[in-house]
Order: sequence, then structure tokens, then C-alpha cells
Amino acid sequence: MTWQLRLAHLYPDHMNIYGDRGNIIALQQRCRWRGIACEVIPVGPGATIDWSDIDIAFFGGGQDSGQALIAEDFVERQGPALRAAIDAGLVMLAICGGYQLLGHYFLTHAGQRLPGIGALDVYTVGGKERLIGNVVVDVNPDISGAAFRLVGFENHSGRTYLGASVRPLGRVLVGHGNNGEDGTEGAVYRNTIGCYLHGSLLPKNPQLADHLIAMALRRRYGNVVRLAPLNDALELKAQQTMVERMLGKGRWRASRRKINQALNA
Amino acid sequence: MIDLRLLLAVAAGKSAGIASRMLRRGGGTTLPGVVAQRIDPQVLQKLTATLPRGVVLVSGTNGKTTTTRMIAAILADDGRTPLHNRAGANLMSGVTATALAGASLGGRTHAHIGLFETDEAAFPGIAAETAPRLVVLHNLFRDQLDRYGEVDTVAQGWRAALERLPATTTVLLNADDPAVAALGEGLSAKVRYYGLNDLRHASGAAAQIGDARFCRRCGAPYRYTALFYAHIGHYRCDSCGAMRPTPDYALERLDLHGTETTTLYLTFPGSAMEVHLPLPGLYNAINALAAIAACRELGVPASRIRATLERFDAAFGRIERVDAGGRPLLIALIKNPVGATETIRMLTDSLNVERSTKTLRGDTAAAETLQGNVSTGNIQPSTLLHLLILINDRYADGTDVSWLWDAEFERLAGHVAHATVGGTRAADMAVRLKYAGVEPERMTVADDPAEALDVALSRLPPGATLYALPTYTAMLDLRAELVRRRWARPFWED
Repeated sequence: MTWQLRLAHLYPDHMNIYGDRGNIIALQQRCRWRGIACEVIPVGPGATIDWSDIDIAFFGGGQDSGQALIAEDFVERQGPALRAAIDAGLVMLAICGGYQLLGHYFLTHAGQRLPGIGALDVYTVGGKERLIGNVVVDVNPDISGAAFRLVGFENHSGRTYLGASVRPLGRVLVGHGNNGEDGTEGAVYRNTIGCYLHGSLLPKNPQLADHLIAMALRRRYGNVVRLAPLNDALELKAQQTMVERMLGKGRWRASRRKINQALNA
Repeated sequence: MIDLRLLLAVAAGKSAGIASRMLRRGGGTTLPGVVAQRIDPQVLQKLTATLPRGVVLVSGTNGKTTTTRMIAAILADDGRTPLHNRAGANLMSGVTATALAGASLGGRTHAHIGLFETDEAAFPGIAAETAPRLVVLHNLFRDQLDRYGEVDTVAQGWRAALERLPATTTVLLNADDPAVAALGEGLSAKVRYYGLNDLRHASGAAAQIGDARFCRRCGAPYRYTALFYAHIGHYRCDSCGAMRPTPDYALERLDLHGTETTTLYLTFPGSAMEVHLPLPGLYNAINALAAIAACRELGVPASRIRATLERFDAAFGRIERVDAGGRPLLIALIKNPVGATETIRMLTDSLNVERSTKTLRGDTAAAETLQGNVSTGNIQPSTLLHLLILINDRYADGTDVSWLWDAEFERLAGHVAHATVGGTRAADMAVRLKYAGVEPERMTVADDPAEALDVALSRLPPGATLYALPTYTAMLDLRAELVRRRWARPFWED
């Protein structure tokens, strides 16, 4: 039997900043390499979609203008059905602007309250300064049953605060995370994950990509599903390189190289 | 009246430059500007006001260095060598340093005209100080979002700056970029447009990434009758009627000859021109179009423009050919998704040209054609690419490598013989290629640029060209290595 997954990509033309498209590429390729059929369904403004028919949903970040053009369509048209689907266990990844729109609201710096769909028990407050830079996150081991570290790049002005019915995706080892205050990054509710990690996130964090694929397959085909392992040497090297650089293990080597360069110059 | 503050600022700025060079703290391309501005914040305004023929500013995400260099070469050949920030320091401090270098201790500039390549985010400030007579705005794409912020923020800054320009200023805009063309509406300044009219260059598939696909006026999606790349093309908004302006300078026919040259046929008010440009690729043709339009607006005769462009050398590292110990090496800078995608397209299109020649003529004839082309240096004998991709994430490259996922490396699938991947983010690039469909067996990861160069050259079969695609600081690293091996001149002789 060929397994099949249907992947909904929310507003791909409007919400496509910071290479978030790489997450779709990663899910598609990791399915293809295992012989899992994966169909990507773009969900644009005005689209009608039966969320019960979707296995994985992805919602990326966008420019402010792009987000303004789709926010109302998303909240009004997709909001109620998507929230119900998330409550029923839809597997979803939302990043940056997409993450914020899954929350209750975004309070702008000017004091305007922009509604989200309230599927995640989080709210966001606009900040003056953007939080920008590389991030390393220690993932909460309860989430996929394994401990690992995510690497990514954050670039956001919103500060997101978590309510009682979500868990953080993990703890920030390097970077600002949700709000730069409480050391958390991301939020998890049932099978839905929101976070601020660009990079792209899934290609160089294959553990998370496979966690999403495995959850989606189990929902559709039951607990018998076991994912065939792939050769992730390159992916793990990309992940490990940044973990080591950001946590300082590589620092001595880097500074020694700089000293050598200075001596040779 | 003597302006003591200005004289002091000029003297201090110049001294800082001399001191910095003596202490070998780099070429001193920005420090004099920083020092002089501290003493007299209006130093740039005062110095550029003494230029009798005024100031020209060129900005845009991609192609501004090459376009500015083309204009500089044409003006120089026309007998009016401009004051030009040739070293590429294009922020307020760098432009100020350039003006200082070209000024006497008495605070007067030697040149007749100023020509400044201008950073996108720095453009509003520099325009306010220099009161330009001509502004060229080339395009606007996502680039180093960690530094510049979003494309819309840059566009808003440009719009506010253009609104302050008087009727004596000419603003030259790329008609094919909706984000840029929309800036021309309702300005006091005189507005002229340039654009590509040759629809053969429309790509069949919609580009993956566009930063201005939605009407700047009403937000509805544009309908494209032709899309050249990214969001560049012929567009209109069915909702409010906004559409691509008719270009005053129109590139009517453009013939691309692989990775070597291009031929341009263009029309403009009162005349037409044919140019054989010694640079490859669609984007270099558009750079030349912008340079031609700018120089016509400055009153340079068409024959002079053509003569200069036909023997133009590309800006350092933008497209550069190096003899690497008997093996041909072509270096093309990649720094953002649109530029990288266009460079990849140029490489794969050059293979397609060769392949279609083969299928059309049958193998024997194709072999002869190929042989002929190889001997004249037109086409490389390999049908698969040998690549050296070097990705750094230092400040000047942008510290966020997410952009690799917005560039269409998918175009390389099936066209790669071997790719050596290096730089501080080599592993990220290798992952990108793997997910783009390049088999890991065809890749070698070597972080160190010298080692990466060795690996790439050792994999290169006789007669094949190695295509090096570095980010900005990786290009500097590669260049330094080539100089060390005496395969290239040091760049300060450039």
C-alpha cells in the first residue's frame, strides 16, 4: 500500500518570506524518498477547503503588507474550521506571522488589536526593536519522545506570550525566542506547533520534519506506522555546525583561524 | 565667507584616511566620512554642492554596482570622469569619504559630476544631502532581511525621498519592476522609464518568489502577460487598472549568447542603438539598458555609449573569468535569491543551448559545431556543470542563510557533474542542493575556501569550466586565494 499525505500550504503567495518555502520542500522530499505520496494544496485568499481531508498544514511568515492582505480572509474564512481541525488533532506547523495568527490576537505597537483565530492559547505584543539572530532551542522531550536541539534564525518584532493550555516547543539556549523574557521558544497544542524559527527550519532539523510526517501518517493509517530511516548525514552536519558554533565549542577554532589570518596578512 | 567647520571636517577626514592607510587598517573607504561627518554633519551636502554638473545616484537590490560602473566608464570616455565610489562603499559614510577624497583642502571638489552607487536603505538620506540631478532606481528584491527589513519598508523610504525632489531632477525607473515603477506616480521630478520589450525572455513557469506580486495601489494580484524573473515583467492590475508604464528606453530585442556575450537592440526618444555587450545574462543586459538610459539623460552621444559598453569589464567578482593554472574559472557573485536564481538560469540555459544544437543537427554535426564553438571560446565542451559554491554568513553577506531556500537551485537538478560546497555555511548549502535534487554523491563539502578550490579543480575534467558561485565575503576569500596562487591580480589594482 502506498501511503498518501495531503499537505495544505496557507497563502503561499503572500506568506513566503525568509525562505519558509524550504519547509514545504523538506516535507515533500522526505516523503518522496520514502515512497510516500505527498500532494501540496495551495490555500489562497477566497479558497474553500475541507480541513478534515488535510494531513499536514503549513503557514509561513510574510511581509507586513502580505500579512495585512490575508489576515482578514484567514480569520473570517478559515478560522472556525481550522480551529476545529486543530482541536481534532490536525498536524500543523506555523512560523512567525503564521504562528501569531494562530494565537488570540496581535497588539500592535500603536495599540491596535488585530485578531487571530485563537487556536493556540498565545497572544502577541508588538515591540519596538526586532529580535534578530541565530537561535538554538533545546526541544522539550515530551513533544516527540526524543531530546534534540533545533537551529534556526529569528527575525520578529512581536513578543509572544504563552497561556496555560499550550506547552513551549523548547527552551532557548541561544537567541530571544518567544519574547526575549521567559526563555521559551514556540508553542505546542495537540499536534500543532507554532514558532519563530526560519532558516529554513525543517531541512536542517530532520527530527522535527519526521515528527510531523510520522504524526500525520499515524493519524491517517494508525499506530502501525514506522518511518523508514533516511541518510541524514548532511542535514545533521548543518544542524550540528550551528549548535557548536552558537554554543561556543567552535569558538576556539574560529578565533585561532582569525589569529592565523592576522599573522599571515 | 570661509566655512571653518567644513575646512576642519575635510582636514580631519582626510587625515583619518591617511592614518588608516598607514596603519593598514584597510583601504580607508568609510572612516574619513565618519570622522568628517562628526565635525560637520552637512559635509556631504556642502561638498557635492560644488560639483558643477551635479550628482547621479544609482540604487537597487541587484545590479547597481555594475550599472554604476558602466555609467562611470561611459562618462570617463566622454571626457568627464566622475567622482565615483568605485570601491563600493555605498552607505552615507562611504559616499562622504568618496567626496572627501575628491575634494581639495579648501573644500572644493575636483570632478565635474558625482556618481554614487547607493545602498537601498541609505538612499533617502544620501538623496536628501546630495540633491541629485538624476536618480536611477533599478529594482527591489528581498535581500538581507536581517539588515534591511522588508522590501516594503525600503520602498516607502524611496517614495518619501522621491517626493522631495524638484522638477529639475530626472528620475529613471525600471518599468518592469512594479514596486519601482509605482514610485513614479505624481512626482514633481521628471520621470522616465526603461524596460524590456522582448517577450521571448518570459519564463514559462511562474517564479517561485516575488516580492511585489500585488498591486501597489489596491492590493489585488497583478496579472502578468510576461514574467521575466521574480516579479519583473509586463503586468497590470485588473482591479484598479494600474499597469506597467510604457518605457521611454525600450530594449526591443535581446539575444543572449550563453555565458559569454549578449546583443541588445534598443529604441529611445529620437534614436535607436545596437550594442554587443561582452557580458552574459539577462540581468547584465538590463544593467546596460539602465546605464544607456542614464547616459542619454546626461547628454552623452549614442556612439560614445556604444563604444564604451562594447569593451566593458564587469565589476570585480560580479562576472569574472580567471585562468586557474590553465583551467578556466568563471566567478559569479551570488548574494540574494533573485540574483542567485538568475545566475543559475544563465548556467543551465547555456547548457540547453548546447543540447538543442545537438538534437537539431544530429550527433556528428553537433560534435563539429561544438568543436568550432569550443575553439572560438563560445561554448564549454561539458554538458554538465562543475560548480564551486561558497556560502558565508558574515555581516556583509547577511547573517541569515534562509535566502538559499528562496533561490531556485531546483533548476540545477540533472545538470550537475560535481558540486564542491564551501564557506562558513557549507553544510547548509549542501542540504539546499540535496533537497533541490542534486544527489549527495555529486557533492563534496569542504569548509575552507582554499581546500574547496583544490577539491573543485581536482574534479574538473580537461577542457571544462569551473563555475564558482560565492557570496560577497566568500568571493573576497576566493579572490585572496587566487591572488596567493598568482592566478589573479590583487583587487586594489582593479
